[in-house]
Amino acid sequence: MKILLPLFAVVALVVIAFVGVQANLQAFFGIVIPYAAVAIFIIGFIVRVFRWGSSPVPFRIPTTAGQMKSFAPWIKQNKIDNPSSRLGVFARMALEVLVFRSLFRNTKTELHDGPKLVYGSEKFLWLAGLAFHWSFLIIFVRHFRFFMQDVPTVIQIMESLDSFLQIGAPLLYLTDVVLVGAVTFLFLRRVVMPQIKFISLPADYFPLFLILGIALSGILMRYFTKVHIVGVKELVMGLLSFSPVIPAGIGSVFYIHLFLVSALLIYFPLSKLMHMGGVFLSPTRNMANNSREVRHINPWNYPVHVHTYQEYEDEFREKMKKAGLPVEKE
Amino acid sequence: MAKVTTPKPAELVTSIDLKPSAQQWMDIPTEIKPGTFCWGAKAKNLNIVEFPNARDWNPSEEDWKLPENWQEIFLTGMKNLLDKYRSFKVFMDICVRCGACADKCHFFIGSGDPKNMPVLRAELLRSVYRRYFTTSGKMLGKTAGARDLTIDVLKELWYYFYQCTECRRCSLFCPYGIDTAEITIMGRELMNQLGLNTDWISGPVANCYMKGNHLGLEPHAIMNSIEGMIDDIETITGIRINPSFNRKGAEILFVTPSGDLFADPGTFTCMGYLMLFHELGLDYTWSTYASEGGNFGFFTSNEMAKRLNSKIYAEAKRLGVKYIIGGECGHMWRVLTQYMDTWNGPADFLEVPVSPITGTRFDTSRSTKMIHITEFTADLIKNGKLKLDPSRNDDLIVTYHDSCNTSRGMGLLDEPRYIIRNVCNHFHEMPENTIREQTFCCGSGTGLNASENMELRMRGGFPRANAVKFVKDRHGVNMLANICAIDRATLSASMDYWVPGVRVTGVHEMVANALIMKGEKERETNLRGEPLPGKEGN
Repeated sequence: MKILLPLFAVVALVVIAFVGVQANLQAFFGIVIPYAAVAIFIIGFIVRVFRWGSSPVPFRIPTTAGQMKSFAPWIKQNKIDNPSSRLGVFARMALEVLVFRSLFRNTKTELHDGPKLVYGSEKFLWLAGLAFHWSFLIIFVRHFRFFMQDVPTVIQIMESLDSFLQIGAPLLYLTDVVLVGAVTFLFLRRVVMPQIKFISLPADYFPLFLILGIALSGILMRYFTKVHIVGVKELVMGLLSFSPVIPAGIGSVFYIHLFLVSALLIYFPLSKLMHMGGVFLSPTRNMANNSREVRHINPWNYPVHVHTYQEYEDEFREKMKKAGLPVEKE
Repeated sequence: MAKVTTPKPAELVTSIDLKPSAQQWMDIPTEIKPGTFCWGAKAKNLNIVEFPNARDWNPSEEDWKLPENWQEIFLTGMKNLLDKYRSFKVFMDICVRCGACADKCHFFIGSGDPKNMPVLRAELLRSVYRRYFTTSGKMLGKTAGARDLTIDVLKELWYYFYQCTECRRCSLFCPYGIDTAEITIMGRELMNQLGLNTDWISGPVANCYMKGNHLGLEPHAIMNSIEGMIDDIETITGIRINPSFNRKGAEILFVTPSGDLFADPGTFTCMGYLMLFHELGLDYTWSTYASEGGNFGFFTSNEMAKRLNSKIYAEAKRLGVKYIIGGECGHMWRVLTQYMDTWNGPADFLEVPVSPITGTRFDTSRSTKMIHITEFTADLIKNGKLKLDPSRNDDLIVTYHDSCNTSRGMGLLDEPRYIIRNVCNHFHEMPENTIREQTFCCGSGTGLNASENMELRMRGGFPRANAVKFVKDRHGVNMLANICAIDRATLSASMDYWVPGVRVTGVHEMVANALIMKGEKERETNLRGEPLPGKEGN
């Protein structure tokens, strides 16, 4: 059920868009929904980040992943994995966000006879994660050709690099293949690996199916069914210039694609996909390990009831004197 | 209460299956198994520190004698914590369940219990969070991964938050740095509000509050304990050491976990401190009031941790010392590094630590004014201030266990290693996935070092012990060095169980064995009273 339910949900989204277009609701699916989705995404994202930000960071709790800055210059600090300066934190965060540094450490634990525990290298999750996120980003940026009157050179270069294999017509984009492959891998590991299957929720399958749906509908349009591309650009430019139009002759696949993208935008701020924003706010990664050098302030630090030395001495004075310990009051 | 038997190592290993069943985890009921949990807190100990809902209770009984409005207490408490800690809020929201953490936890590796996968330990609480604090969880329930906070859910949360040692190993591998320690800290704080503490933690907390240390040693008992060590040191070296207690005007206050005062092999480490400081002629004092470096309060609530920790600065101020040196301990140093100054600072009545022997200024501690003894000693050795004869440790083939907290909550990795390499001749590292920032917990941290949960401890200690076994088989390692009082106690048990023949030592025990003291007689034995290498015939 936890796999089928999200699958049905995505199929339902496809059906809704298809039926909608057949019923001539192009304006709803091509204008209303996209505007609403973008608004929900932007506002939702900001609200979520703001809500996180409204809770303070009372303690400096970096996970230190290497040698700290030592008192001794002859002990070499790991300046990135255990940063003590802002620059170090910046480098740590950059590595984390751009190349998934922590995931790169991943190992696989196996119990062999002996008993012997073995920690093998396990880079597939890291590789698939990286392939997925980067190809998604490149595909997103590539789409700017539809968002701008004149296609910028950067995007033209990107496109030619992406299709350098020169396969087929229109030319095959590598990122299309990589994205579908990576998403499929990420889905399969949730089905095949018992540990991962055990922890997976419908909320883990849904975005995978949704993104796969977006990718497949896009691929369908580019390589197979062909859409009225001039019409698509007209529609998109209309949305961007706030003077929306619905050109005739755009196939229903396009509306399905657009509807799934809208669904992703709406779903994004409500879901775990917010890790995109959250990773920047993670106190174990975005703080310098300098709490012995600089006092970290907790905004809600409050006085507490303590057992004072005087109370302690009052209780043990006679025993202390007998043991020859100095006391404050005789 | 019935005596719980621990399965033999071979039986225990056969019971481990790292592949969970195909069931839905929410449908798997939690059974609170003997040997894997600690006894409930006693009312009297909770009352001493004014903890709420104090009562005697037993986790193995059906009725936990909860207050009527326990749900309200739990959920209000959760709301407060979400408002106070960004970490908690973010970590409740952003997990993608990638599973990178799943097989990184020593309790999962040693038990195969899928609810010990860090991600799932957090999901136990996240499911409650979703149900009461998110719209999707309120509306969609189980489909959104949400569930009601029932009494069985509460018991499950309790059971698994006391099967986490807050070691942060999972956090190292998490792409978002989600730290199960942080989630367990919140979980235990909520349990604390319901009076669901454990006896093994609340007893030491009450002791520490009233008497200054976890063991409840009264002032004269502390002195007696150290007297005993001084006698032994005199027998071994011919030198009589005369340390001071509660002395005003000393330059340095020394604070160490009270475990070092009490039982072997911690006492040998403590003898090491005494001998080193004597040899240096250090102007320092012990305190009977601030006689605990560790902080079991940290395993109950943030407030309690602060209350216990306050004694260190208060005593430093009362005695008028310049700065503080802290002994070998694990969680003590996470607290001192990441919490103390924020809670109880600024320590503006102290000075930036400067070694009176070498003149080295410890600028990296310029705010907390407290240095780790391995920093102090490494500096002495580097500057050639100690006369060392590492061959006195030639009977030892040493490996080194990094404590979780000094590794992942501080980053003190090379200072102790530098010392070890200078005081012994045979040192071998364990495999790289089990040391430094990737170190494995002893299996008994965060107040889980009781006796009634021995099976859990041995399961949790399995990955560490297995790495020791690897170097024992390969290099003949017979001594496991560490810088943590809890390690010294718990790794001894874990070695006896998993890797018989390997013993446990603090780093400063080895320092003192190698240390050539001015005016010492020719030593025949080490600090344990065993013949030194080459003196076996005497």
